[in-house]
Amino acid sequence: MAPKTSPEIGGMGHSVKRKEDPRFIRGKGTYVDDIQLPGMLYLDIVRSPFAHAKIKKIDPTKALAMPGVLAVITGQDLAKYNLHWMPTLMSDTQMVLPVEKVMYQAQEVAAVLATDRYKAADGVEAVEVEYEPLPVVVDPKKALEPGAPVLRTDKKDKKDNHIWHWEWGDKAATDRVFREAEVTVKQDIYLPRIHVASIETCGCIAHFDKVSGKLTVWMTTQAPHAIRTVFALVAGHVGLAEHKIRIISPDIGGGFGGKVPVYPGYVIAVAASVLTGKPVKWMEDRMENLQADSFARDYHITAELAAKKDGTLTALRIKTIADHGYADAAANPSKFPAGLFHICTGSYDFKAAHVEVDGVYTNKPPGGIAYRCSFRVTEAVHTIERMADLVAHQLGMDPAEFRLKNFIKPEQFPYKSALGWEYDSGNYAGALRKAMEKIGYAELRREQAEKRKRGELMGIGISSFTEIVGAGPSKHFDILGLKMFDSCEIRIHPTGKAIARFGTKSQGQGHETTYAQILAEELGIPAADIQVEEGDTDTAPYGLGTYASRSTPVAGAAGAMAARKIRDKARKIAAHLLEAAEEDLVWEPGKFSVKGAPNRAKTIQEIAFAAYTNHPQGMEAGLEAVSYYDPPNLTFPFGSYISVVDIDKGTGEVKVRRFVAVDDCGNIINPMIVEGQIHGGLTMGLAPALYEEISYDEHGNIQGGSFMDYLLPTAVETPRWETDKTCTPSPHHPLGAKGVGESATVGAPAAITNAVVDALWHLGVRHIDIPITPAKVWKLLREHGVTE
Amino acid sequence: MLVQVAINGEKHEAEVEPRLLLVHLIRDILRLTGTHIGCDTTHCGACTVLLDGRAVKSCSVFAVQAHGKEIMTVEGLEQDGKLHPLQEGFMQEHGLQCGYCTPGMLMASYAFLKKNPQPDEEQIRRAISGNLCRCTGYVNIVKAIEYAAAKLRQGGS
Repeated sequence: MAPKTSPEIGGMGHSVKRKEDPRFIRGKGTYVDDIQLPGMLYLDIVRSPFAHAKIKKIDPTKALAMPGVLAVITGQDLAKYNLHWMPTLMSDTQMVLPVEKVMYQAQEVAAVLATDRYKAADGVEAVEVEYEPLPVVVDPKKALEPGAPVLRTDKKDKKDNHIWHWEWGDKAATDRVFREAEVTVKQDIYLPRIHVASIETCGCIAHFDKVSGKLTVWMTTQAPHAIRTVFALVAGHVGLAEHKIRIISPDIGGGFGGKVPVYPGYVIAVAASVLTGKPVKWMEDRMENLQADSFARDYHITAELAAKKDGTLTALRIKTIADHGYADAAANPSKFPAGLFHICTGSYDFKAAHVEVDGVYTNKPPGGIAYRCSFRVTEAVHTIERMADLVAHQLGMDPAEFRLKNFIKPEQFPYKSALGWEYDSGNYAGALRKAMEKIGYAELRREQAEKRKRGELMGIGISSFTEIVGAGPSKHFDILGLKMFDSCEIRIHPTGKAIARFGTKSQGQGHETTYAQILAEELGIPAADIQVEEGDTDTAPYGLGTYASRSTPVAGAAGAMAARKIRDKARKIAAHLLEAAEEDLVWEPGKFSVKGAPNRAKTIQEIAFAAYTNHPQGMEAGLEAVSYYDPPNLTFPFGSYISVVDIDKGTGEVKVRRFVAVDDCGNIINPMIVEGQIHGGLTMGLAPALYEEISYDEHGNIQGGSFMDYLLPTAVETPRWETDKTCTPSPHHPLGAKGVGESATVGAPAAITNAVVDALWHLGVRHIDIPITPAKVWKLLREHGVTE
Repeated sequence: MLVQVAINGEKHEAEVEPRLLLVHLIRDILRLTGTHIGCDTTHCGACTVLLDGRAVKSCSVFAVQAHGKEIMTVEGLEQDGKLHPLQEGFMQEHGLQCGYCTPGMLMASYAFLKKNPQPDEEQIRRAISGNLCRCTGYVNIVKAIEYAAAKLRQGGS
């Protein structure tokens, strides 16, 4: 799509350079840990070495005797204010600090307040805690067995470790199709626990001003407004009313979902500041971040597909055990305990489907948040894309041909899926064909056949995923009752420059640039003249924040709608200035002119000046608007990815030789930024496919608790991503846009896994759980008779 | 202990505990917050600075080890209001998103290009393999470094 605005205006479709960059390339960003306030104290946390243990005694004496240590805060201290437990976003409860027992290794046990960070760390070492170890439950399947130790003894009537059962779809119809199916396949698929590991860890500075009674918290949060409300709801009884709470989310060093939850450290820092009247900083270190912050995934899936012999898919059936750790602290919309997992029919035209998920407690950190993905969509996509390959291979069909046969066709949109979603738009075959052409699919298959004859292992993997983002319509989507709209407020200054504030919060996505482009598109004011601000709850309109690829679909739409309100008023002012009827005015980016007399025109800047100096009698002065946008539907970005892998038979190492990603996110605001988002998303797809996993031994000891063991891809492992696009605009979004930040994370793991299985299928390998480590492949190769 | 250092050409001294890490001297005491902390264990490289011209991870160097030495941080790249070609390259090639790893990436590549002014892609990738980025997928960081290398060869700065 050619841009409608000039490069000077820089509206949609221009690769405008980012407004954020000048400060970041000079080291002049302001992240939470960069902020120092006079008299600021430091908080550090004592953590449990046990995964499950009674706390018999916490002795702070030695710590308190150390220079600079001011206080040791325990669960008993917080219990006086009833703040030792807090609600999770999923209406479960989790501990801020324990009173009776700890439930996972690295859980917060006590907090030390000191005059600097080194002294606080010294204090942590000196706190003496006496534990009595309890039986540990690590495996969620064992947690469900009768006789398993009941973990949540705080819940009076809880007799087991089952949290909830959720199911969706027509069970009877699905079972019927399976009974009559010509072909069925069944596979267990495990998506392990992983961690977003943004390079900036989590932390905050809480500053309670005893005189004004106002609490200001600079905080690594993706959702500052919702956090303010949560703080007011949780701590209202101790006097923290919402108008006296200000959350500021400054520059954020990556979020990816990990900065949505409220972690105990934030709450303890707030409590410490309220008690001392001094600013209190808490910054977790990397090991705390990996060991205690909310994890993603941990889904034990059993999937079944039914098909006809000719390869037509007919039904999908999935059962899943969701390991939530000791509390369900996921960040899903309230009505959806398993997120949007029921997008699992993917890009295919199923007649029947049924999905069940059971949430389970274990002795692990709480969570179930996203890893750069809209609420459990990667889990869904990985499952359906693995299953599609399995059935294609089993039927002897080429996986590409199989997908093309089963895709929902462009003319079927809007398409109602078997699990109830209304897909807004799509052209799945278009994206796959483009990817096949770009990578040279037919030639690669020939190469593979030749290599196989020589005993070399090469695989080609496809993933044709459907995303579901932009939560969401208020009818179905809320978090703790807060409807998932988002917002924009625009003020046009008399000289035609503007400030716009949004309810979201960028963590690297470039909102200061792209939102300005949206407004430039709608108003014709150069993007360079529009200042975008987010993340300060005292100034920005209320919104639910940035996650689940919702910024462009929801807040971006709010920006467009607010701008249109301004344009409507500008039209009235222009009519007044030009002495013409409103309906005789023609809009082009940046000005209104009189129909048939293009020289009689007023620019938006002239109109803005008139709004403050010469507005029509009877009209309010000024040029401002606010919009709270409630999306009518979600948006459904999609894409087709193809990867080529080579496997070293000696070491089991998988090398991604090529990776072509064709994405369709509808109309694009900034092509440069979209491509960057896809590069990053692909790398966060590669990461769990080949490297990342947080596992536990039988005692609940974490195995991946530092960057020594939890392997983020470096520039060496990461391939040179090849990207391309198709464009199918969203029919209901005011800009035809869809959201893109997470597509690649969602789509990439299956493309890589499918390629590895494709390379090994002839040996008898049918499935490999991610991460596909050299050790796993090496073992599989030996099991299947490859000895080189 | 008294530590005397020159940071970005400016002399500073501070009385510090022997255990103070260089990154905390730079950030918390001298208040140059462009150098970031991402892991405390040398894996992520966000804290990379130059110590007498050598790229080091300042989370794993004691401040006292820098005594009498010259330190260069991201704040020292821009000279007389002119961006270093690396800074320019990162902006032109969209080599950054959240900006958190960027200062470390810039300093690691600065040291690398001094040693190898005409690198190929593979050499660049190896040179920055001690610096983790979670946002960009590295493709554009590599391009940004290539941009800077080309500009520096033309006598850009």
